[in-house]
Amino acid sequence: MSTQPKLSLGPILYFWSRDKTLEFYERIAQTPVDIVYLGEVVCSKRAVVRFGDWMEIGERLAAAGKEVLLSTMTLLEAESELKMMRRICENGRFMVEANDLGALHMLDGRPFVTGPSVNVYNQRTLARLAKLGLRRWTYPVELSHDTLADMQDERPEGVETEVFAYGRLPLAYSARCFTARAHNLPKDDCDYKCGEYPDGLTLSAQDQTRFLALNGIQTQSAHTFNLLSELDELRALGVDVLRISPQAEHTEEIIGIFHRCLTGEENPRDGAARLNELMPIGPCDGYWHGKPGIDAGTLDQYR
Amino acid sequence: MELVCPAGNLPSLKAAVDNGADAVYFGFRDDTNARHFAGLNFGPDKMIEGIRYAHEKGVRAFLALNTFPQPSGWERWRDAVDRAAEMGVDALIGADIGVLDYASSRWPDLNLHLSVQGSATNYEAIRFFHENFGIRRVVVPRVLSLSQVKHVVENSPVDVEVFGFGSLCVMVEGRCLLSSYATGDSPNTFGACSPASAVEWRETDEGLETRLGGILIERVGKGENAGYPTICKARFEVEGNTYHAIEEPTSLNTMELLPELQKAGIAAVKIEGRQRSPVYVKQVTRVWRAALDACKRDPEHFKPKTEWLAELGKVSEGTQTTFGAYHRPWQ
Repeated sequence: MSTQPKLSLGPILYFWSRDKTLEFYERIAQTPVDIVYLGEVVCSKRAVVRFGDWMEIGERLAAAGKEVLLSTMTLLEAESELKMMRRICENGRFMVEANDLGALHMLDGRPFVTGPSVNVYNQRTLARLAKLGLRRWTYPVELSHDTLADMQDERPEGVETEVFAYGRLPLAYSARCFTARAHNLPKDDCDYKCGEYPDGLTLSAQDQTRFLALNGIQTQSAHTFNLLSELDELRALGVDVLRISPQAEHTEEIIGIFHRCLTGEENPRDGAARLNELMPIGPCDGYWHGKPGIDAGTLDQYR
Repeated sequence: MELVCPAGNLPSLKAAVDNGADAVYFGFRDDTNARHFAGLNFGPDKMIEGIRYAHEKGVRAFLALNTFPQPSGWERWRDAVDRAAEMGVDALIGADIGVLDYASSRWPDLNLHLSVQGSATNYEAIRFFHENFGIRRVVVPRVLSLSQVKHVVENSPVDVEVFGFGSLCVMVEGRCLLSSYATGDSPNTFGACSPASAVEWRETDEGLETRLGGILIERVGKGENAGYPTICKARFEVEGNTYHAIEEPTSLNTMELLPELQKAGIAAVKIEGRQRSPVYVKQVTRVWRAALDACKRDPEHFKPKTEWLAELGKVSEGTQTTFGAYHRPWQ
């Protein structure tokens, strides 16, 4: 079994201005990405791009030939957040990426995709979600290629597999906003400080080792996960979709490199080396190899 | 409100039962539960003995089976469900959809609780688990404010249990990968945050260094306390400032909020700490039993007694306690 994976662009995880967001998707429409996930998934306070805007962006991307999905929030606490999630689930136009199981209850049998924060760690979970309308699932970022091989062996008919292939890794979610905390501000009066860090705010150990990135209530890896050099294995495993997570700069170029490697115009190892230059800090790929996520053993030679 | 107490081993279980717990919770001696530490938890014989001890005193016994199996380990979780059901536990506390699916179809009479590791922070998620697997109780993550907890209770189809005391997870449980990012093992995959095998202590010229998976997590000078290294409670550098970027090394204590929790209709209060000693379990259970009884008798005038707080202070991790997310300004 060998598949030619499609490329997807995950939801923007950071707080970008409305203009930056709209311009970003204008450019994305021109890229060879196949699937685009839209919507705010981290913090409901960042509502500068409204529901209607997302629908319009979606229509434009669909007109450019992209498969469009609307993504739901990951951590839902307030009733207003549930209301927005209900609106997304009932949008009637685009399929939904569920990032919390509350969305599955609202979707009530409509087809859906699960994002990286929905824990699908085994075949029985996958089979159960397939019965509820799962069309595609995103492989949990902390699991290795060995577990994916086992999962692929028992994947239900009609369910596609997506792998988070490029981006700072989403690692944790909290009630507390760490970007506001870095500025000594409470969450309720955060001054939208996360808007000043379009790739997140890097956190280092006391010996200056760069370790994590603070993105509001979300904590990410400081290093950028990159599986481009594993392309042969991803194909052999029958992975259907490779997800690229947007970053503040160079996203189109990153999509281009992935695309050229998929079409054979560029060698994945050379492509991975070029990607290293475009990352905020540098690469990691430990999770894929069953090691600590921060490890970058197989990438070191390209650093 | 029911008092649910931790039992990392048989002496702790007995301490909880003898000092006023309404229910105890425990796990098997492997990675099927989220306190997978060396020397902790129960083999089958001890578990049978523990369940019998609890039942003889009218105390309910819950099994935590709250990690996420991967295909290569699936049989271990499946067998754990079977053993728990055969032993007659009063509830199985699960998190994984596959495990809950198996448990509810193979053992339809088994009482299922959704673990805090199931990440259900809103009533729609709770309804999902209720409708699909018939869960009868949910333990909500430690990220909700008091008013949000009340809202969940009002709209939840099942009983709601909250954490009352013990270590504080700042992140939504079940969705925190910080430990595996540094060490390769997380609560989800391995049943432990910051596994001991990944911890290193080093005396250096700059102070005592604590490393986790080789990453410098804490550096303290002479005379300062170095706590157990969890990433979320360490000091890091952000934009030139070194501080507790995520959370101070505090622990959770919601005793003062008891009347409000009771009024909100919370079904049970959970004490964290299966990894702690029988002495901890004994002291915390005794104090919380007294507090719950006092609150039930006269919620209007309930106030934690100074001696209770002093007693709890002795066993708290770190020197401070907090309401955590229950208190909105903390967020």
